[in-house]
Amino acid sequence: MPISKEEVTKIAALSNLALTPEETESFAVQLAGIVEYIDQLNELDTGSVKAWQHRSAGEAATSYASREDIAEASLGTQNALSNAPDADEGHFRVPKVI
Amino acid sequence: MNLTIDELHTLYSSGEAQPSEITKAVIDSIENKNERLNAFLTINREAALQKAQEADADIKEAVKSKPLAGIPVAIKDNLCTTGIRTTCGSKILGNFIPPYTASAVAKLEAAGAIIVGKTNLDEFAMGSSNENSAFGIVRNPVNEDYVPGGSSGGSAVAVAADLCSISLGSDTGGSIRQPASFCGVVGLKPTYGRVSRFGLVAFASSLDQIGPFGKNVKDVARTLGIISGRDKYDATSSDEAVPNYLSALTGDIKGLRIGVPPECFGEGLNAEVKAHVEAAIKNLESRGAEIVEVTLPHSKYVVAVYYLIATAEASSNLARFDGVRYGYRAEGVKSLHELYQRSRDEGFGAEVKRRIMLGTFALSSGYYDAYYEKAQRVRQMLCNDFAEAFKKCDVIATPTAPTPAFKLGEKVNDPLAMYLDDIYTVTINLVGVPAISVPCGNSSAGLPIGLQLIGNHFDEARLLNAAYACER
Repeated sequence: MPISKEEVTKIAALSNLALTPEETESFAVQLAGIVEYIDQLNELDTGSVKAWQHRSAGEAATSYASREDIAEASLGTQNALSNAPDADEGHFRVPKVI
Repeated sequence: MNLTIDELHTLYSSGEAQPSEITKAVIDSIENKNERLNAFLTINREAALQKAQEADADIKEAVKSKPLAGIPVAIKDNLCTTGIRTTCGSKILGNFIPPYTASAVAKLEAAGAIIVGKTNLDEFAMGSSNENSAFGIVRNPVNEDYVPGGSSGGSAVAVAADLCSISLGSDTGGSIRQPASFCGVVGLKPTYGRVSRFGLVAFASSLDQIGPFGKNVKDVARTLGIISGRDKYDATSSDEAVPNYLSALTGDIKGLRIGVPPECFGEGLNAEVKAHVEAAIKNLESRGAEIVEVTLPHSKYVVAVYYLIATAEASSNLARFDGVRYGYRAEGVKSLHELYQRSRDEGFGAEVKRRIMLGTFALSSGYYDAYYEKAQRVRQMLCNDFAEAFKKCDVIATPTAPTPAFKLGEKVNDPLAMYLDDIYTVTINLVGVPAISVPCGNSSAGLPIGLQLIGNHFDEARLLNAAYACER
């Protein structure tokens, strides 16, 4: 399936990526090649198969989903902000939104 | 220097060596070789030497109670380590210092291990050659003109070049097994859920699993026993009991049924790899294993399924990198939206962007049913194929990779050719079963070849014993 540059631009916007014109060009070609390869899945009739879901493959049963709801110490503001590119007074700072 | 765990513990028990001497020798060796190999992104010199010195005093006692007492280990740089920079091989996390430690790493430290450094990788574990790191390529120590494999290339090289005893990697589609095969070491991807993923920077959450590299199966078995088990910080970690993997290594494989799928020995498989893998299977047969033919009829579709599901999950997981809470932020932006878009475009490398784009495409309105949903249906068919195969056999044997290591630069401009290198490994992650790569000889050019053995869910003990028999 060919993928147009417009389509690449739309996918980039959905991906929150500001691609350069060169990237848009090369991704259009590369993605088209990969999607063409992937299209061989259309040879398979999957009408009677259920889509895979987490833990549906005969894996051993586990009680993974629930636990007692007990409050514990969390990361803390200082730790949470320790890698922030721009932090101020206990908050992450970003360009003006409104 | 022979850095296997048994060897070092013998030296420690007899008093012939101390952890501080070994650690210093290892770190000196890393500093010496790393300029060329580039296997390490961070060398943990001061902290490692201090910890080793602290271990010296009672090391003779410690080796009896702590399975990794004084053992130098290397950690893939997508596993968080408190206070030690964790980059994921990406500019976007180039200065990230985690405020917490991955559970698997914490378990190694509790067992006495000494972290000598963080290893290079393809950016966000996306790649099969370790040529996608923002911090430069890694070279294969067997022949430096060749790739070490990926994405855990640095961790494989660290073991192969004697820069640690054992290392941790992560495997989403072969990222432990393929570099193990290319570098001539042992690498295991455990069952999904066997090892907690807490602190592993997520690539594809339904496929990712942490696992060990070692010089031999015994070291890998020991390490697996330490890092396995339920962890309250990872809801998908299993509470299935952790057996004693070391005591499972008897080397006795009489009656073990080894399934050989013809689909994995056909077109695209290098003749030398085929010959060595078949010889390794014959060797197992001569030791009492029974060879049975099994069929994996949907093998030709696995790379297509994998690259839809892995990229779809990656596009979601990597949405968190937006230049706000941690990591790289673009300069001179005027709006929040521009901050997101430019930080991501400047922070991510080409392969990561390519995969985010493919995954976003597969999940986007109008294409979801035809691509993502279709892939999940075929994934279920693959699971059914393996369930059928494991009715007839205990372990499945295939090549780990279709070729030995390829030359640096050979496939960098052809992403699809690179993806096809994963044809024997990606299925294992889609199905969630464990698999190990063990060396089974060298090509005529002297490059290592790996045999992949695949087990049923949570059957690592039997799998490891089969791999152990290959070493005999």
